[in-house]
Order: sequence, then structure tokens, then C-alpha cells
Amino acid sequence: MEQTNFQLKQQKTQSNDWSARLHHATRATREDWLGKSISYLCIGVIILVVASMLWFITSKGIATFTQNHVSLGKFLTGTNWAPDQGKIGALPMIVGSFAVTFAAAIVATPFAVGTAIFMTEISPNKGRKLLQPVIELLVGIPSVVYGFIGLAVVVPFMRSIVGGSGFGIISATFVLFVMVLPTITSMTVDSLRAVPRHFKEASLALGATRWQTVSRVILRSATPGILTAVIFGMARAFGEALAVQMVIGNAAIMPKNLISPASTLTSQLTTGIGDTIDGTLPNNALWSLALILLLMSLFFNALVRVIAKRGQLKHER
Amino acid sequence: MLKQYSFDKTAVQTFADNTPLAMKTENLQVFYGANHAMHDANLEFPKNQITALIGASGSGKSTYLRSLNRMNDGIATVTGKIWYHQVDINEPTVNIYEIRRHIGMVFQRPNPFAKSIRENIIYALRANGLKNKAELEERVEKSLRGAALWDEVKDSLDKSALSLSGGQQQRLCIARSIAMEPDVLLLDEPCSALDPISTVKVEETLLELQKKYTIIIVTHNMQQAARVSSQCAFFHLGHVMEYTSTGTMFSNPQIPVTQDYIAGSFG
Repeated sequence: MEQTNFQLKQQKTQSNDWSARLHHATRATREDWLGKSISYLCIGVIILVVASMLWFITSKGIATFTQNHVSLGKFLTGTNWAPDQGKIGALPMIVGSFAVTFAAAIVATPFAVGTAIFMTEISPNKGRKLLQPVIELLVGIPSVVYGFIGLAVVVPFMRSIVGGSGFGIISATFVLFVMVLPTITSMTVDSLRAVPRHFKEASLALGATRWQTVSRVILRSATPGILTAVIFGMARAFGEALAVQMVIGNAAIMPKNLISPASTLTSQLTTGIGDTIDGTLPNNALWSLALILLLMSLFFNALVRVIAKRGQLKHER
Repeated sequence: MLKQYSFDKTAVQTFADNTPLAMKTENLQVFYGANHAMHDANLEFPKNQITALIGASGSGKSTYLRSLNRMNDGIATVTGKIWYHQVDINEPTVNIYEIRRHIGMVFQRPNPFAKSIRENIIYALRANGLKNKAELEERVEKSLRGAALWDEVKDSLDKSALSLSGGQQQRLCIARSIAMEPDVLLLDEPCSALDPISTVKVEETLLELQKKYTIIIVTHNMQQAARVSSQCAFFHLGHVMEYTSTGTMFSNPQIPVTQDYIAGSFG
């Protein structure tokens, strides 16, 4: 029975018209078409979402300059932020954002690189079994928890040590340090593991010590990867809103020192967004802050790409 | 199916008492965990000669070679004695960095660092505390000449070592090793990743180098062993089966397993 069915099918497709035989659709071609359509559809939706977000933020963000006629120079360099009085100086927030970002990256990088060296070169076993899960756990903790701990522990601690309110750039730095540490560490670990084993062997066979091998061969050849890790950490710090807002004090004034209340682009956005009316200057001004954030994250991404490309060149040349 | 050969019947020669030896191993055994990879290797290496270690894949020749400058530390357990200047360098108290300065190693795959040609050579010298610029430059030239690479790279010392051809990279690795002025040079299949012309160049280099260094080379290639070595050790499944002069090894092997290997019955 089966055989006759098969024969019938064969006869049906095997007409003498070769052109028809080689052009007609089969299950295979239909599956191909379906698969392709589904993936194009998905890509299309994603591109649409991203493009409309970019357009939305950009169009809203530049309304401050086109509709409310605030000058871009004043926006970027003005130090007075009082949108309801028409004063749109975003410099305090820009400075605040960069301050906490760089401070957190500078503090976190040595710890992250040290931990990564321990995990890959000194004790790979403990690294994999003990530290890897810890770091993955740290990445997964929601930022509000970090912020809460910052508020309950770091801020009172700072208050007791340096006085004042305890809110400020230094508290935010501390919280961000803990938040970016796992990001930088795990990416550094990846880049250290990607260093070809034969580099290490070559160095040891030449009589170099383990420390010389790590510092002059392994770290050096992993440098592009480590820089990428640091930039990703900075991008995370720059974009972090909630945890920072909880500990920085949210005063939209030029930070004079590290221990007085300040604010960042993100903290100002989350603080102010509920109090403004769509289409008014205070609302548009917040969109402009969002636009700066967006541009910065594009910049971080571009930087990562440039570094990756140069790193690749170095290995290929 | 591989024939079963007895491991009891071996033909391992020793040298006359007055032969100057660079190194010698006594009952050297290597274990990877429970895997007994090398059984009782007793070999003597005469000074300023090339000794080839031959055998099929997995015969333990590379494992043996890597034990000689303690590159198996942390990877495998090595027991027995490795004599070098009347010192057993397999003792845990021995300074492995000092050993590797005197017993250099070149690997199967050319492995220059992603640095300039000059930096590749200076790296190890600096790591060992040599700082004088003039002396560093001098050593760069001397070692590149020694590895027969100088004429090809003298105008591009600051170019990346990775821009060199495979054969040039391997000679750079040899230059890097001899810049340390070692006594013994261990080579682990140095030509297996190279084309025939590069191989000839490396072999010529080795023949030149044996005037100053003792060379122990692992090779897959029997013709290569015949071309460059003075004596030859045949390894089979973790045992040293036969050790004799290269001429004898290829014209008149003593035991069946060597005869079969030389004749090309396996391997």
C-alpha cells in the first residue's frame, strides 16, 4: 500500500516537462520562505521600535530648542536648573552624571581586574565554582535593592564619617561601584580567558615568572577587552537611575564637593517626570536630558566598537 | 589493529663515562591523574648534539620533553630524576624560572607575542632584569642572526611579529629562546605547522645552533629526524623502546616495534 502511494507521488511530480518539474514549489521551498518571512518580520518589528524611540526622544528632546527657543549653549553650560521659571541649565546634572560614572569606574576597575586575574590565573577552580556564581548573582540584583541598601547603610555611614546629610556624589559612587563591579569583572574574566594559552606557555618557557606573565603578556593582550568591560560598566553607571536617585540627594545645583547633595541626568529625570505637563517647557527640558542620555549611550557603544576593531587589527597584523 | 609489542624488550643505549652530557633522566615517569603517560624513561643527552625523539601520536614524547624544563608543573605529576649539572631539577625546591632560563623551549605552533619583533626578544631579557639598551639591541641582533632571521627582518624590527610568515615566526621563537643564552633547547615538533621550505630553513638553523647548544627535538617526521639528529629515541605508548645513533636507528633497528615503525607499518 505504502509503496503504491509512493509510486503515485513520484509519477505526479515526474512529468515530462522538465521546466515545470524544476520550478514547482515543494515543501522544502515553502519552509524556506516561511522561515525567512518570520525572521524578516521580527527584525522589522525591532527596527521599527528602535527607530520610533529614537525619533520620539529626538523630536521631544529638541523641542526645548525649537519651540521654547532655549539656546543649546545655555542648556549645556547654564548652571541654574529651574524649568518652571524658565531657567534651563543642565550643566549640574551633566557634571553629576560624569562625576559618579568616572568615579565608580576608577574605583571599580582595579578591584574587577584583580578579581578577574584571581579567577582565571591564580585559582581557576575556586573562580569557577565560587566566585562566578557570586558575580552572576550580583549582576542580577535589582537596582532598587542596591539603592535601598545605599540609603539604609551607605548614607548614614557617610553622615557619621564626614557629616552633612550623607547624600551626595560619594554615596552614589559607592553604590555604583558595587553595581558596576560584577559587570566589569565578568567581562574582564571573559577577555582574560580569551587570551590564547600559548602566549602564557611561551612566556613561562622563557623563564618569566607567573606575575611577569600575567602583567606583561596576558593583561596586555587582553587590554582591548578590559577597556570594553570598563566602558560597559560606565554605560551602566551613566544610565542607572533609581539607585542613584535614592542616595545622591537630588539637588539640581552645581556639585561643590563630593559630600553635598547633587543630581544626575537620570535622577533629575525620575524626580521631575511626574510633576510636568506634556508640551510645556519643564517637560521638554526633561526630554532634552533624556536625549543627552541617549546620545551618551550611543557614544559608549561606538567607543566599544572602535576598541574592538583596533584590538582585532592588533591581533591580525 | 595495532600489534601488541612487549615493553620488556628495549634497546636503550648509554654513553661512555667520559662523554660530556648536557642532561639525563633516571626513571622519569609522568602521570596525568590516574593515566600513566610515561614509564621509566632513562635517557642521556650528549652536549652539543641534536637528539630526536620520535614515535607515533600519544607515545609520550612531547610529555617527556615538557618534563625536562618543568613545563608539566601543575599539569601532570612527574616522578624520577632529571639530572642537569649534577642537580636533580625535578626536586620541588628547585627554582623553575632559573631552569627555564637555561633550558629553553620552542613549541609546535609558532607562538610569538602580539608585540613587535624586537619586543618579542627583549621581553624575556627584561623579565630577567637586563635593562641596558645597548646590550638589549646587541642581543636582539645576535639572536636573530643565530636563528637565521636577521637578514629578513633587520629593517622591520618594529613591525608586529604576527605579520611574519609561519616559518619566520617559528625562527623568531627560536631567536627569542636563544636570546636567553640557554644551555639546552627543547623543540616540540617545531616544523609540524610549517611548509617544506620554511622547514628546511629551521632545520639549517638547528644544525648551525648545535655548535653552541644541546638540542632535543620531538618530531613526527622520520625524515627530519634522519636529517638533523645525531641520536634518536623511539617512544611507543609511553615507553622508550630504543635509543641509539640515528644511523643505526634507520638502517638497523634492534627490536621489532622500532623496525615496524621505521618501515611504516604504523604511526
